[in-house]
Amino acid sequence: MWTLERNEDTEQQIIRETFHLVSKRDENVCNFLEGGMLIGGSENRLIYRHYATLYFVFCVDSSESELGILDLIQVFVETLDKCFENVCELDLIFHVDKVHNILAEMVMGGMVLETNMNEIIIQVDAQNKMEKSEAGIAGAPARAVSAVKNMNLPEMPRNINIGDISIKVPNLPSFK
Amino acid sequence: MALKIVKGSIDRMFDKNLQDLVRGIRNHKEDEAKYISTCIDEIKQELKQDNIAVKANAVCKLTYLQMLGYDVSWAAFNIVEVMSSSKFTYKRIGYLAASQCFHESTDVIMLTTNQIRKDLSSPNQYDTGVALTGLSCFVTPDLARDLANDIMTLMSHTKPYIRKKAVLIMYKVFLKYPESLRPAFPRLKEKLEDPDPGVQSAAVNVICELARRNPKNYLSLAPLFFKLMTSSTNNWVLIKIIKLFGALTPLEPRLGKKLIEPLTNLIHSTSAMSLLYECVNTVIAVLISLSSGMPNHSASIQLCVQKLRILIEDSDQNLKYLGLLAMSKILKTHPKSVQSHKDLILQCLDDKDESIRLRALDLLYGMVSKKNLMEIVKKLMLHVDKAEGTTYRDELLTKIIDICSQSNYQYITNFEWYISILVELTRLEGTRHGHLIASQMLDVAIRVKAIRAFAVAQMATLLDNAHLLTGNTQRNGICEVLYAAAWICGEFSEHLEEPMVTLEAMLRPKVATLPGHIQAVYVQNAAKLFATVLRGHEGVPADSMVAQETSQLLIDRLPLFVQSSNLEVQERASCILQLVKYIQKLQQKDVEVAEEVTALFAGELNPVAPKAQKKVPVPEGLDLDVWINEPPSGSESEDEGRKSKGKAVFAKEESRHTKPRYTEVDEKELAKRREVRKAEQANNPFYIKASPSSQKVYQDGVGVEHIPVVQIDLSVPLKVPGMPMSDQYVKLEEERRERNKADKKKKKDKKKREKGEKGRRRRGDSGPESEEDITPAHMVDIVTEEMPENALPSDDDDKDPNDPHKALNIDLDKPLADSEKKLPVRSHRPDEVLKSPMEDRQVVEVVPEPKKKTGKEKKEKKDRKKSKEKKKKHKQEEEEDLMGAGSEEPVQPEETKEVAAPPPASTPEAAAAPASTPRTASGMAAVAPDSEPEEAKDTEPEETKSSTHKKKKQKKEKKKKKHHHNHSDGAGDESVQNGTVEEEEPLPPMSNYALLAENSYIKMMKQDADKVCDIQGNLQDGSQVVVSVIFENKCDSFIKSMEFNVLDSLNSKLQRPDGAGPHDGLIVPFQLPPGISNEARFIFSVQNIVMPQKLKGTLTFIVKTDDSSTHEKLDFKLHFTCTSYLITTPCYSDAYSKLLESGDLKGCSLKLEGVNQPFHHLLARICFHHHFSVVERIDSCASMYSRSIQGHHMCLLVKTADQTVSIDAKCDEPGLLGNVLDEIKLTFSQC
Repeated sequence: MWTLERNEDTEQQIIRETFHLVSKRDENVCNFLEGGMLIGGSENRLIYRHYATLYFVFCVDSSESELGILDLIQVFVETLDKCFENVCELDLIFHVDKVHNILAEMVMGGMVLETNMNEIIIQVDAQNKMEKSEAGIAGAPARAVSAVKNMNLPEMPRNINIGDISIKVPNLPSFK
Repeated sequence: MALKIVKGSIDRMFDKNLQDLVRGIRNHKEDEAKYISTCIDEIKQELKQDNIAVKANAVCKLTYLQMLGYDVSWAAFNIVEVMSSSKFTYKRIGYLAASQCFHESTDVIMLTTNQIRKDLSSPNQYDTGVALTGLSCFVTPDLARDLANDIMTLMSHTKPYIRKKAVLIMYKVFLKYPESLRPAFPRLKEKLEDPDPGVQSAAVNVICELARRNPKNYLSLAPLFFKLMTSSTNNWVLIKIIKLFGALTPLEPRLGKKLIEPLTNLIHSTSAMSLLYECVNTVIAVLISLSSGMPNHSASIQLCVQKLRILIEDSDQNLKYLGLLAMSKILKTHPKSVQSHKDLILQCLDDKDESIRLRALDLLYGMVSKKNLMEIVKKLMLHVDKAEGTTYRDELLTKIIDICSQSNYQYITNFEWYISILVELTRLEGTRHGHLIASQMLDVAIRVKAIRAFAVAQMATLLDNAHLLTGNTQRNGICEVLYAAAWICGEFSEHLEEPMVTLEAMLRPKVATLPGHIQAVYVQNAAKLFATVLRGHEGVPADSMVAQETSQLLIDRLPLFVQSSNLEVQERASCILQLVKYIQKLQQKDVEVAEEVTALFAGELNPVAPKAQKKVPVPEGLDLDVWINEPPSGSESEDEGRKSKGKAVFAKEESRHTKPRYTEVDEKELAKRREVRKAEQANNPFYIKASPSSQKVYQDGVGVEHIPVVQIDLSVPLKVPGMPMSDQYVKLEEERRERNKADKKKKKDKKKREKGEKGRRRRGDSGPESEEDITPAHMVDIVTEEMPENALPSDDDDKDPNDPHKALNIDLDKPLADSEKKLPVRSHRPDEVLKSPMEDRQVVEVVPEPKKKTGKEKKEKKDRKKSKEKKKKHKQEEEEDLMGAGSEEPVQPEETKEVAAPPPASTPEAAAAPASTPRTASGMAAVAPDSEPEEAKDTEPEETKSSTHKKKKQKKEKKKKKHHHNHSDGAGDESVQNGTVEEEEPLPPMSNYALLAENSYIKMMKQDADKVCDIQGNLQDGSQVVVSVIFENKCDSFIKSMEFNVLDSLNSKLQRPDGAGPHDGLIVPFQLPPGISNEARFIFSVQNIVMPQKLKGTLTFIVKTDDSSTHEKLDFKLHFTCTSYLITTPCYSDAYSKLLESGDLKGCSLKLEGVNQPFHHLLARICFHHHFSVVERIDSCASMYSRSIQGHHMCLLVKTADQTVSIDAKCDEPGLLGNVLDEIKLTFSQC
């Protein structure tokens, strides 16, 4: 989620750089990275967590507590896990929009909105319910087709390591 | 219908959805770009269809593509379409896309204002939520200004979900629209104590962000935060607050003292590392801010350091990192307490994590002492060797240099050691910091006289081995050190053992591959060496051959440089070449030249302070921008001639030309010129002189020559064969120290004397070796840098003027001036009604009274009320009493007092809200221009009274919100003067209301519940008027299912959602618990604005009590005055006069008698109530301007004399003009 104004090229460059920085780090090193110039100078830091093949990277400024953000990432991942029921990368890859919607309940415009997982899940569920009721009868055929289309999903490798982390880089330089 | 939808969805179910797109992209890894471009084509097709579902799907896919880095700004309009879908599903897709793709330069953002406003007031909290979330990402200054009121209203929404989002987004609004901060702040502050933890946390979040940037404005909140800190259990909130205190304490040390104890308690009690860490951080900040003197001060420091040590020792790398980070903060003020943990920090240098090593490096900087510097640097040098990756190595390198050079080389006791360290560092490959090493070498060699001989020897070795440094790559930054080496060898060539060897090394053909600026230095310094060699060999007959050989060497080698493509090199080389040739001639005649040649390079260079040049004040009368000589105004051809000549001089082929020119200048003449120049310089106060003698002029102290220099301790060998190894120095240094210690007592006296002379060091008595006990091997004469005598105090670096937070540096403690109580609003909604909280309360009953109450209407209403009222007499009675006390009375007085202003004021305001106008009850009445305000007022109270009397049924009272702007309060004077009208001053009380963005309000109350309607009119475009209504529940029961309906006239229509019939009511998107108020907005479209309009409307709702619910109804009238169609528009006098001259305007005039208010009040009133702005004011005459929503210009010329006011008006729409004038008249008739 980009809360700063940047064009697509810069975004991609930042993502690449971030991925480059983060992915080469060892398992047992600290989860903070000094900000490069790209992410807005020394006041900003990258804070990430690594889950299996996924990296969740937050970019924050000095007004956030480092450990707090680590907790926040944990909440985010747990929330994803609940919302997707045992989340795996494929869920995130194929349902980027949902991931965004969940994230939007936690972080708004670069500021932390809610840290209570239950509250987040309640709101996400309520919105999903609303979406379903709206789809109603009109949505039924589409859903059916979609189900058919997804039939061949299992054929896809379950544990691919996607090189492109762009879908899961919630980047929230808080303000600028 | 349904069938059609199903059919549509079957058609589209074979379109790709997002999942298909993702799958497709994954299956086309090889030709991804091509696949995506076909997908984009499909998407473009889909976007052309009418079916919103198809569009939403397409936009959803675009959002994904945007994330992959594709530009999708071309679809911005489609995104807006999807945003405005009535279905939440699509709306959410639209907003998500917008939040990803929109930015300030996206022009369609302008189109979204109304849509967003509608969503913000949607009955569905998720519509509102999704709009807020989206808005937070793409809010622009325009949006912020237009929506600030709406968002502020949402801050008091009944749902915490909305409240917290609204609170949070206010920060973004403040950033984009700083004027909103002051008016919004009181409400924001209230939210700190919101019952919902989420809202509270959001408020803390926003205030912390604000305070972080401009802490001093938030000091007054400290007690509140203090309370929160001791009561809150939410760690997230605690952390924020504690961080905030960290920012506040530097400004208010007393706060710090108060904080220490609770923070210490938290440190002891909390189990959350994050909280512990922040507490420690803030304690550190507190301690820094306290200038000692705290009794348990050191205890706190100890506690912090001790806790940090635990963090650093933890196996969790994150804690280790943070521990080091915090430690470095302590270091700044309490280096001693950190130094005791040196072991730990050195250990961290070995950590496998680079971030941690870097942090540890930072700490080392503050931990060095004379005693341990060598040891620490040695350790760092080891790391340099081991380091992989140039970034970290470069970091180490700069750190080493930083550490050694800090505070003017304070900790260096042996400069030979330092030089050898620098030389060792040159062996690093691929470092970018060659220039850093080079400047250190230069600095040390120049400023530490005693070291020069040693430095020169080292540099000569470096030059000799230059090939090692230059290596293969041209870009190798390390070759910069050769620059320093060459210069040092040349400048201090008298220290060279074998100048010939060095000279030869500097003239090797390989040098030509070095960067130009280095070559130039080589050439120049070769000449200096040449002079040295000459001097060394002259006079001794046997050596004259050597001297001549040297000349020959130069003559042989220099042509290489003359051919250089670098101008500087070329010029210097050819100059020197000619010089040497001339010298050679003289040598052949056995003329002694050495002295004169040496004179070329006489004089000593002193270090100059970095900012010295900048500090020289420009003398009075000197204009640096003026030509010294008028530029030649000669013809072009002349210029060209000169140019081509110039070129010829430097062109290689033409180098012959240069020879004659230069040879003509003989050495004597050179020397002469030199003298002349020196004399000039000596007389020129702005020239920073190099000669020691002139130095005195600038320095209090003595010149370089006079600075006592310590004799080099001969126990240290001056020369280390080969490349020096710094390690050797470490050993030697240790030995030396030992010896020193032993000698110390013996030599004490002597040394004391010596030192006394030097004025440098005081020796402590015996005892354990202390810092001071370590004598430097060289008493380093650290030459002070020169500064011009009249240097100005250093200018502080300015803050970045572009910092958006600067604008938020607003004093929040000042009580809101009345004028500020409302949000500044765009000029097109000039009127704001303000309702102070008090007034709100007073609001009373609900009378659904339309603004203008005609007797009939009122009666009708009353009747209705009565019927309703019957049901609940008891309650009503009570209420009535209350109301009577509260509302009626207050209302009346208000009117009468404020009078003059109020009624009229209300009108304009109401009017302002163009559509708004629902003026219920009295407020409304006042509003309507036509209506007689007074009557209305009277009637209202009467009504209310009567109704109350009758049955104490619910009354709907309208409150008058303060339409009445109290002019009396305001000091209207200034506001008017500047041409723009500021409504603020005259109408201070209104401002609060303005926050609510109300222009007029209607209270619609039924029975138990009172609803107050505030009407805000916003003119968004030519035909739309927005009416904001605040509903306030005045009863003890729950009010729900409110439905707002207006009987459309031909001219004005309530805008209803698509598909609704023309008589359907609009559902008010919220319910009202007792005592709660909320606001809804309704949009009206207006066709003809020439005539004032009245619309009848009804509000129906259900009052739910514990055991029953009743259906109630409230009638009201909306009055749109003509004034309400006017927008305050500033106009400049020149444009104004053009307008008048154009002749398109028809005139009309008006005379008011018996107006006995000051002229500026009068103007203020017109401006405020009728939305004019002052163009120009001269004495008792003023021109004013306004514009209607449909672009009619309206000009007024107001004159006053003896209580008579005459207004000449011109407008291109006479009907409108007439009505506005009537309204103005009405306004003043009420004064």
